[in-house]
Amino acid sequence: MVQKLDTLPETPSQTAGPYVHIGTIPTFAGLAGIYPEDLGLSPIADGAKGEIITITGSVFDGTGWALRDAMLESWQADAQGRWPGSDGADPKVGGFCRFAADKDSGEFVLRTVKPGATKGRGGTTQSPHIALWIVARGINIGLQTRLYFDDEDNAADPVLGKIELRPRVDTLIAKKTGPGAYRFDIRLQGAGETVFFDM
Amino acid sequence: MTDLGPLIPRDRAMHPPAYDVDYKTTIARSPNLPLLSLESTPSEETGPRFGHGILGALDNNLIYNWTKGAAPAVGERVLMHGRVLDENGRAVPNTLIEIWQANAGGRYRHIKDTYLAPLDPNFGGCGRTISDAEGRYQFLTIRPGAYPWPNRGNEWRPMHIHISVFGHSFGQRLITQMYFEGDPLIDRCPIAATIKSRSQLDRLVAPLDMSHARPLDFLAYKFDIVLRGRRQTMFENKLEGM
Repeated sequence: MVQKLDTLPETPSQTAGPYVHIGTIPTFAGLAGIYPEDLGLSPIADGAKGEIITITGSVFDGTGWALRDAMLESWQADAQGRWPGSDGADPKVGGFCRFAADKDSGEFVLRTVKPGATKGRGGTTQSPHIALWIVARGINIGLQTRLYFDDEDNAADPVLGKIELRPRVDTLIAKKTGPGAYRFDIRLQGAGETVFFDM
Repeated sequence: MTDLGPLIPRDRAMHPPAYDVDYKTTIARSPNLPLLSLESTPSEETGPRFGHGILGALDNNLIYNWTKGAAPAVGERVLMHGRVLDENGRAVPNTLIEIWQANAGGRYRHIKDTYLAPLDPNFGGCGRTISDAEGRYQFLTIRPGAYPWPNRGNEWRPMHIHISVFGHSFGQRLITQMYFEGDPLIDRCPIAATIKSRSQLDRLVAPLDMSHARPLDFLAYKFDIVLRGRRQTMFENKLEGM
């Protein structure tokens, strides 16, 4: 017998199911008032410094149908690229948001401040991006991905640089559709499948 | 920002695969292409923190939180308790834990749930709390009912409570489900069976814990949760305190 490791294995994931909204954004599920306010209603407070942007999109399954039950979370730095809670970070940027696909149209909207470039590991610089986590019925473990911007320089980003199949990089780039407006669709499988991470 | 080391890579064999033919909804919702495995960055190693200020007095009491204490929910009274730890065996303090569940009849209070079982006017079905300095948490709730769902011919979910945990970094984010010891439906459930290792599935089954049950009041079930840890060796870039 070898020595016993004293580490613990991570608890296995299970699907969030179709009623994830009850526990995460109860007002959406029809439980308005159980808490004073749903958690993560907005990643910013009034007065956040930087450009206010709106990102619209959908999460599509392999048949091209937009999920009506997806719940997304986002996490990002402030306009200066500082993580909320760190020294010098904009106190008006909480950085975390929860938003759901509309139950009728399947479209989601994220209104936030455009993040700045951030430090990566090993002295690298990460291009401005928003980290995303997607759960829904039929998703057995939350999907990690990132949203970058097509009006930023993404050439030297250390994470995008690791994507060997270069045409797939485009799946992580939000497209500008107007002043302060971007489109970002997520495809779970099939043509144009979004790059998902294991990080 | 102090570098606490990268997150320990996920052992994906412990988790359910994305595609599972017996859980039909996964078929069109599972990525076909491989995940891109990379070392974590500050984007995954930081995350939102929530203070006790967001919590109301009844937030972790699902028997009373929907009616603001006016009337109790119908059902078998149960204490759900445990600890949040990381892979290094350390307590995860001050982390938000959220739960949601069906009522005693197996019906969710959700705009999309139309099951025959009635809503309980005294039960909402969600709760939240923050772990203490030792990572401990507690909820008082009712035992959720089993319920049927459309998948194969005659499919029933075992009694379960959904759990969402944050940890201290976005890369630790986890949603899972707690099952109840002795429920015969666990072994018939294709969602439970997405976990291919029996020993891993057993970790989602909470044992009856009479040491925490209160006589003439409630039963107790213990459910510990392990989140990803961080790798700290002498050979990382910058270590806390070194």
